[in-house]
Amino acid sequence: MFAYTLRRLLLAVPLLLGITFISFMVIHLAPGDPVEVQSGDMTERNIREAYKALREMYGLDKPLHVQYWNWLSRIVRLDFGRSFAPDGRLVLTKIGERLPITLLLNVIEMLIILALAVPIGVMSATRQYSTFDKVTTIFVFLGFATPDFWLALLLMILFGVQLGWLPISGLRSLNWEYLTFWQQQLDFLSHLALPILVATFGGLAGFSRYMRQSMLEVVRQDYIQTARAKGLAERVVVGKHALRNAMLPIVTILGLSLPGLIGGSVIVEWIFAIPGMGQLMVQAAFERDYPVLMGNLVIVSTLTLFANLAADLAYSLVDPRIRVGRRR
Amino acid sequence: MHDFWRALRRNRLAVIGGVVVACLAVLAIAAPLIAPWDPNRPDVKKILNPPSARHVFGTDQLGRDVLSRMLFGARVSLAVGFVSVGIAATIGILLGSTAGYNGGMIDATIMRLVDLMLVFPRFFLLLAVLAFLKPSIWTIMAVIGLTGWMGVARLVRAEFLALKEREFVTWSQAVGASGIRIVWRHILPNAMAPVLVAMTLGIPAAILTESGLSFLGLGVQPPFATWGNILNEGKDAIELAWWLSLYPGFAILLTVLSYNLLGEGIRDALDPRLRRSGAAVASRAR
Repeated sequence: MFAYTLRRLLLAVPLLLGITFISFMVIHLAPGDPVEVQSGDMTERNIREAYKALREMYGLDKPLHVQYWNWLSRIVRLDFGRSFAPDGRLVLTKIGERLPITLLLNVIEMLIILALAVPIGVMSATRQYSTFDKVTTIFVFLGFATPDFWLALLLMILFGVQLGWLPISGLRSLNWEYLTFWQQQLDFLSHLALPILVATFGGLAGFSRYMRQSMLEVVRQDYIQTARAKGLAERVVVGKHALRNAMLPIVTILGLSLPGLIGGSVIVEWIFAIPGMGQLMVQAAFERDYPVLMGNLVIVSTLTLFANLAADLAYSLVDPRIRVGRRR
Repeated sequence: MHDFWRALRRNRLAVIGGVVVACLAVLAIAAPLIAPWDPNRPDVKKILNPPSARHVFGTDQLGRDVLSRMLFGARVSLAVGFVSVGIAATIGILLGSTAGYNGGMIDATIMRLVDLMLVFPRFFLLLAVLAFLKPSIWTIMAVIGLTGWMGVARLVRAEFLALKEREFVTWSQAVGASGIRIVWRHILPNAMAPVLVAMTLGIPAAILTESGLSFLGLGVQPPFATWGNILNEGKDAIELAWWLSLYPGFAILLTVLSYNLLGEGIRDALDPRLRRSGAAVASRAR
């Protein structure tokens, strides 16, 4: 187990290098230049001088491989650099501001999804081809096919515009400062309601499907028949013997969706104007803010690798039949 | 093959999905003939008109007919779906079969590349490339295709690993057939079934991705209509014109749903083993 973990950690290094190298090249080789974007309203001579000075300041005048090397040697020391945006703040500070709201949104969403998907999956698996199963299957197919941004628009029109029950953008109302503490919390929650509803809908379809699939496979195993043959109550067979085993793949999928929690849902954050990680990434891409983009990428892909590893390890801890160290 | 068609025809949902898919293709191809209005001609006298007999799905901010724009948008969505899945499948088949047939170092190298692409945050890559390149229908197709081939590569490799040990391959090798001929003529045709399923299910995924990117303004650019960018305009007019948001999204939903139903149907029909064991479980559970 230790050797396996170590080997996986060592393997993560070239993977990270590969990811950052490819993205660095893609971002820097693409046409467009952060300096152009900033020097919009100056006279011609000023522009040329400022352009040169800015490029030198950002290190953009050096050859690409040197730039990558410089960037890499700073990242190793956890120096993510400063944003190219006019505010010029530290990349880590910028990310730090955005992370909590994205995490909060996604954790709430994940808890709701799990709380609903597990019972739905179990019920439709144990009553395969029943009306309940058919209804949830239809729901799952609709969930897979519904574009999340469309659902968001429809909910905004219904609850925001027509009924006027919920706010449709941002995190706070304009009169936020004049509200009492509890009103502020309520205001905050009402701003979160629609984004969470949208994000939950899509995820719910996937998770309840996985849960059903996993449960169906477990239910046909011999030990479940044994448990039934022993005369255990169906409730115990399903709720204890089957459920525990069926939860295993869900652990892996949870691990895999962790980086998404940090990366944030780009589209949902964009529609509802939520200042999270997804929105930061879209802004950085449009403004050609290289340090912010690369910083985002490093954090998200490192987390992806660790989440993959953690999921595999958790898997072997929960299920003694799996020995990760001796695979292949 | 006969069994396959019979099994597919018996699956009512898959048949409905297939019919809708076919109708959509016809509508998209015939768009210039059947569109009631010119999709790109603005008309200041008809800005944001609600649905009526003349404009069945209403008009947009520039007074253009939404139904006509949607018909032309269908061409973009279907073209992006097919071409990007074609690109992804070609890369996936080439790399997957090379890895699976040769094994050893070649296999290890290709599979590490697959691992690398799988950990890559895909939406980040799409965002970065599209924000920097000039977005056009071709960049969209290329980018979605180039970032979506890993699943097919894995499938093909797995099939190859199993198939290359079979007798018919050993026999071809014994009579001196070349590696390329064995791969192309003997193994690949036997490995195509799961690839076909993956491709059918890949098309709706690509359509969803394209519409999401267009919605963010990173897809096909106006004035060319796509379902995604009509929805983007719908977002700006959200308090004035519900019809701009409702219909294009429903078109995406219907398309994706139909392809998914058809794809799942093809999978079940190709793999009778799965279907029967599923039924067996059901009868046991009762």
